[in-house]
Amino acid sequence: MTEYTFAYLDEQTKRMIRRAILKALAVPGYQVPFASREMPMPYGWGTGGVQVSAACLVPEDRLKVIDQGADDTTNAVSIRRFFEKTAGVATTTRTAEATLIQTRHRIPEAPLTRDQILVYQVPIPEPLRFLEPRETETRKMHSLEEYGLVHVKLYEDIARHGQIATSYAYPVKVEGRYVMDPSPIPKFDNPKLESAAIQLFGAGREQRIYALPPYCQVVSLDFEDHPFEASKADHICDLCGSATSYLDEVIVDDAGGRMFVCSDTDYCETRRAAGHRGRLAATEEEHFA
Amino acid sequence: MDQAVMTGGFADPPIQSPQAFRAAMTAMARPGDILAVTGAQAPAPVSVAASVLLLVLCDPGTPVWLATSHDSADLRRWIAFHTGASVVAARGEAVFALGTWDSLLSLADYRIGTPDYPDRSATLIVEMPLLRAEGAVLQGPGIKESAQLSVPEVAPLRVNRALFPLGLDFFFTCGSDLAAVPRSTVVTDPAEVV
Repeated sequence: MTEYTFAYLDEQTKRMIRRAILKALAVPGYQVPFASREMPMPYGWGTGGVQVSAACLVPEDRLKVIDQGADDTTNAVSIRRFFEKTAGVATTTRTAEATLIQTRHRIPEAPLTRDQILVYQVPIPEPLRFLEPRETETRKMHSLEEYGLVHVKLYEDIARHGQIATSYAYPVKVEGRYVMDPSPIPKFDNPKLESAAIQLFGAGREQRIYALPPYCQVVSLDFEDHPFEASKADHICDLCGSATSYLDEVIVDDAGGRMFVCSDTDYCETRRAAGHRGRLAATEEEHFA
Repeated sequence: MDQAVMTGGFADPPIQSPQAFRAAMTAMARPGDILAVTGAQAPAPVSVAASVLLLVLCDPGTPVWLATSHDSADLRRWIAFHTGASVVAARGEAVFALGTWDSLLSLADYRIGTPDYPDRSATLIVEMPLLRAEGAVLQGPGIKESAQLSVPEVAPLRVNRALFPLGLDFFFTCGSDLAAVPRSTVVTDPAEVV
């Protein structure tokens, strides 16, 4: 592997990103500006996560990349190949074997350990952006801890829908100070933000890095009479039979037929390998037999 | 320029700097954890760990302030040659500061960031005669229940914590070991813990 410097980015860029990561860890939930670089992929394809991963990777790492929980979707495959080519690191699809996991919009079902790093790809890092479009104002709101608007948004959900209808990118408060956008993970994943792993968030287009150190207090915003609820589709996985994992709904024909499957492909495969079977598992095996 | 100034850098920066950074990041993410690093040696009396931090974190964009305990013509030339960072005369301009605890005081002179940009604060690299997981009790983000670290003094770190989200972040170095105490950590004298 001599065509690229290790992990693609030059040393100067990595130092700049690394300094931002250290400050992000020192002030959990605060978005540190950084000089995001052009990457050989378009904005919106995980350039922030890729830059954070590139600044953290060591040759001994075993990398896993997931997109909405799946290891085999375009974004995950292309980023995994990118690091295989530019860093020469080992890759895996097994959550338990990975040392660094880059993710788009999911947290793996299996609990992460203290030796793992989770890197999120973030599209819009600012939790107040859709409530207040001006960066000068949102920055002031963060500095003054002026977060009433977020609660108004959640209250309006209740007024219109009878419940908090926000189902992803559900705002959290970190260590009682900063309101943070956990990236568009389903709110089902919010409780997993309090983790033993180091969690780093990279937003390439918006040029922000933020972080959650291990065991950091992360509280999903709610009301006393409308407490936060980590919801999921009220089904069990049709392949592995799990009743506790986050599910994707898949349309399977033109007659309204549908199935629910684990969004975390590694979790689902591990369960099936252990002999768990869902409603449609047998037919799928016959199909591929 | 003599040979001593040009030696002591990483032999293979693209590989050694990420390994060193992972240790520094883990230390900052888990205050109190002591990690070992290798690969760099600045002129005496700078420790291996402090030398590694200078190489991994400093560049022409980060002014460095050297306390009297460490300031020397050799070290200034080493920093200039290996990192390109400028050595500044005023603590208030520094992004990084290096020295022993006593010579780095008082902490009030460093940049602590602004309410809009709390990240624009200094990081202090404190050289220690000893670094052990004993003494002051650490609690806060990154720590499961509590940790212990032989920080030199508790009171200034408590003042620093009271500034949160502003404040200074600290690396403590001794030989090839390093540990970190970010501004988010609550430091308590062990005598006060019931």
